[in-house]
Amino acid sequence: MAPAVQPAAPPAEEGIGVYTQKLGMWVFLASEVMFFTALIGTYIILRWGSAESWPVPQDILNIPLTAFNTFVLICSSVSMVKAYAAATHDDQKGLRLWLVLTVLAGATFVGVQVLEYRHLIHEGLLPSGIRDGSPLAARLVDSGKLTATAAGLFGSAFFTMTGFHGFHVTCGVICMTFVTIKAFRGGYSGGRFHGVEVIGLYWHFVDLVWIILFTIVYLI
Amino acid sequence: MTAAAAPHDAGLHAGHDDRPWLRRYVFSTDHKTIGIQFLFLSLTFLLLGGLMAMVIRWQLGFPGTPVPGGSILPDAMAPGGVIRPSFYNALVTMHGTFMIFFAVMPLLTGVFANYLIPLKIGAPDMAFPRLNMWSFWLMIPAGTLALAGFFVEGGSAASGWTAYAPLSNSPLYTGVSAGQILWCVAIIIFGASSLLGSVNYIATVVNLRAPGMTWMRLPLSVWALFITAILALLAVPILAGAIIMLLFDQVLGTHFYLPTGGGQPLLWQHLFWFFGHPEVYILILPAMGIVSDVIANGSRKPIFGYTSMVFAIGGIAGLGFMVWGHHMFVSGMNPTLGTSFMASTMLIAVPTSIKVFNWLGTMWRGNIHFHVPMLNAIGFLSMFVIGGLSGIFMAATPVDMYIHDTYFIVAHIHYVLFGGSLFAAFAGIYYWFPKMFGREMHDGLGRWHFGLTFVFYNLTFFPMHLLGLGGHMRRLYDPTQYPFLAPMQPINVFVSVSAFLLMAAQLPFVWNFFWSLFRGPKAPLNPWRDNSLEWTVPSPPPHGNFVETPTVYRGPYEYSVPGEPEDFLPQDRPAPARQEAH
Repeated sequence: MAPAVQPAAPPAEEGIGVYTQKLGMWVFLASEVMFFTALIGTYIILRWGSAESWPVPQDILNIPLTAFNTFVLICSSVSMVKAYAAATHDDQKGLRLWLVLTVLAGATFVGVQVLEYRHLIHEGLLPSGIRDGSPLAARLVDSGKLTATAAGLFGSAFFTMTGFHGFHVTCGVICMTFVTIKAFRGGYSGGRFHGVEVIGLYWHFVDLVWIILFTIVYLI
Repeated sequence: MTAAAAPHDAGLHAGHDDRPWLRRYVFSTDHKTIGIQFLFLSLTFLLLGGLMAMVIRWQLGFPGTPVPGGSILPDAMAPGGVIRPSFYNALVTMHGTFMIFFAVMPLLTGVFANYLIPLKIGAPDMAFPRLNMWSFWLMIPAGTLALAGFFVEGGSAASGWTAYAPLSNSPLYTGVSAGQILWCVAIIIFGASSLLGSVNYIATVVNLRAPGMTWMRLPLSVWALFITAILALLAVPILAGAIIMLLFDQVLGTHFYLPTGGGQPLLWQHLFWFFGHPEVYILILPAMGIVSDVIANGSRKPIFGYTSMVFAIGGIAGLGFMVWGHHMFVSGMNPTLGTSFMASTMLIAVPTSIKVFNWLGTMWRGNIHFHVPMLNAIGFLSMFVIGGLSGIFMAATPVDMYIHDTYFIVAHIHYVLFGGSLFAAFAGIYYWFPKMFGREMHDGLGRWHFGLTFVFYNLTFFPMHLLGLGGHMRRLYDPTQYPFLAPMQPINVFVSVSAFLLMAAQLPFVWNFFWSLFRGPKAPLNPWRDNSLEWTVPSPPPHGNFVETPTVYRGPYEYSVPGEPEDFLPQDRPAPARQEAH
C-alpha cells in the first residue's frame, strides 16, 4: 500500500522486510525483555543467593486460583491469534468477536490479580514482608517455618514482579480496547490490520512473561 | 512492503508548511525542531552541571571559605556562603547526574540522532514522529524533578550519581529522603524518554533509508548513532528496573538492597553497572561517529577502513555488555571472576585502537583543512587516547585496587567524557550549526573557544591523575582534613583556578552561538563541501526535508576522487561518466 502522500516516490532501500510499526514493536519488546530480565535476575539472586530458606509458594499463595488465571491469559493469546487470522481474512464479525473476548480475558486476569492481592494483603503479605499479628505470621513466622527476613524478600520480589506484569497487562487491555473500538468502526477492513498485528505481538509477549513468572514464582 | 517508506503525516511535502505556530515550534513532530529543542535543553543542563562543578572546585581549592556570590544560597546549603558537607555531596551527585543523563546523553543522541539520521539517510522524518516529540517532552519533567531535589527538605540526592545502596535507599546515611525519591523518579522518566528515542532511531535507520543507501553506504555517524540506540535500548531498561526497586525500597518498604532486611547491596552494583558500562559507550560512540565524519571531511580523504570502523563500533558495543564487573574489583568478587572481567575489558582496546588508527590513517597525507570542527575533532582524538590509556590502568585489577575511588578515576572519566564526548559535541555543533540555523558561526571566536578550552581543560584534568595517585579520594569534601593530602593542596588550588578559567573559556562559545543565531552570515547549501545528503537541501532544511526522495549512488566519504573537478562527490550524484566507461 503506497502512501497517498508521495505517490511518485521510488521504493525505499530495502529494510528487513517488516513494516515500520511492527519493527517498532519488536524493538520495544527487546527493551521490555531487558526490563523483565532485571526483575527476574533480581529474584534469582535474592532467592538463591540468600542465606535464608525461601518460603514454599503454596504456603502463601493460592496456586489453583492463579493457575486458573494463567489458563485465562493463555486462552486470551489464542483468541488474539484468532482475531488476527480473522483480520487477515477480512472477517469483520470474527475480528470483533475475538477482540472482545481477548479484552474480556485480559480484564479478567487483572481482576483476579487484584482479588489475589487484596486477599494476600488481608492475610498479611506486604511488599515489606509479613505483617506482625496477621494470619500468615501466625501460620508461618511464629511457628518458625519462615524467618521474617525471608518473608520480606519474598514480599518484595513477589509484588514487584507480578505487579509490573499486571501493569503491563492493564496497559495491554487499554490499548486493546482502543483497537476493538476501531474494529467496531470498521477501521481494519480491506487488508489494513497493522494495529491488530502490533497489539497482538505485545499481547503474546506479556503472556509469555507471565508463563515464566508463574513458573518461577508460584510453582518452584 | 513500501508502506514503511514514508510516515503517514499529511503535509510532509518538503516546502509546504502550514502548521500552526505551536505545532511548529513547541509541540513539533519535526525531527529537526526536536533536535534543536534537545540542543537548547542539553546546553542549559550542561551550563547547570558546569556551575555545580565550579562550586565543587571552589570547595576543593579553598575549603571552608565562602564561595563568591554564595551568600544567595539558603542556609541549608551554604550558611554565609560556606558549602555544607551535605550540600557538597548533593552537588557531586547532581553534577554527575546532570552531566551524564541530562547534558551529554541528550546532546549526543537527542540532538544529533534526531537532527542527522533522517537527513543523512534521505528520509522525510523519523519513523514515529509523535513518539519522538514525547521523547523530548518527557525530558522536561525529568530534568525539573531532578532539579527540584535541591528545594525539598533534606536537599537533593547525595549518594553519588551511582546511587550505591544502602547509601541511597536509607535516609540514615545521607539524611536525604525526598531528594533521593525525586532523583529515582526523574531517572525513570528519563529512561522512558531514552526508550522512545531509541525505538525511533532504530526503526528509522532500518526502514526509512533512501533508495541506494545501503548499510555500507551509511555515514559512520549514522552507524554510531544506530548502534548507540541499540545499546540504550538494551541497557537503560536494566537501570529502570534497578531504580524502580531502589524507589520501592524507599516508598514501599521492600528489601531489595537493604542488608538489614536480607537484601543485597551488591545486587545494586551489578544491575547499575550492567547498565553503566554500556552507558559509557552510549556517551562515546556517537562522539566517535561525529568525529569520523568531520575528520574525513577535514582531511579531504575517504575515511580509512570504513568496514573496520563499522565492525569496531559493533565490537565495542558487544564487549560493552561483558565488562561491567571492572567497576567492582574492590567489591570482594572472586579473583577469578575479576580476571575474566579484566581480560574482557582489555579486549575493548582492540576495536578502540582500530578506530584511532583509522582516524590517523584518514588524516595521514590528507589535505587537512583546520576548520573549527576539525580542530575539535583532533582535540577529541588526542584527549580520547589519553582517556583510553588511563582506562587500561583501571582495567588491570591490581592497579585498580590502588587507584579505585581516587581522583585518578575522576581524571579518567573527564578525559573521556569531556575530552572525548564534549569536544566531539562541540565539533558537531560547529559543523552542523549552519545547517540547523541557516547561519554560519564566527570562525575566529570558534578558534579562540577551542584553543582556550583545550589548554584549560588539560590544566584542569591532567593534574587530577597526580592527585589520585597521591591518594586523594573521590567525592572528598575537605582535602585539608588529612595530613597526607596537605602537601598536594597547591595542586588542588591549581586545578580549581584552571577549572574557573575553563568555564570562562566557554564564554566565546556562548557569545558566538547566540550572535551567529541572529547575526551570523547566511550559510550556503554546503559550507564544508561534504558528501552527505543533508548538504543537498537548503540550510535550514524545509519541513519534510527532501522535495524528492534522493537516490544514493555511493558512500559518504568520496573526497578527492581522482579525475573529479571538485574534491568531493555527493552521495546523490549519479556515477561519473569515466566509471561507466569500464
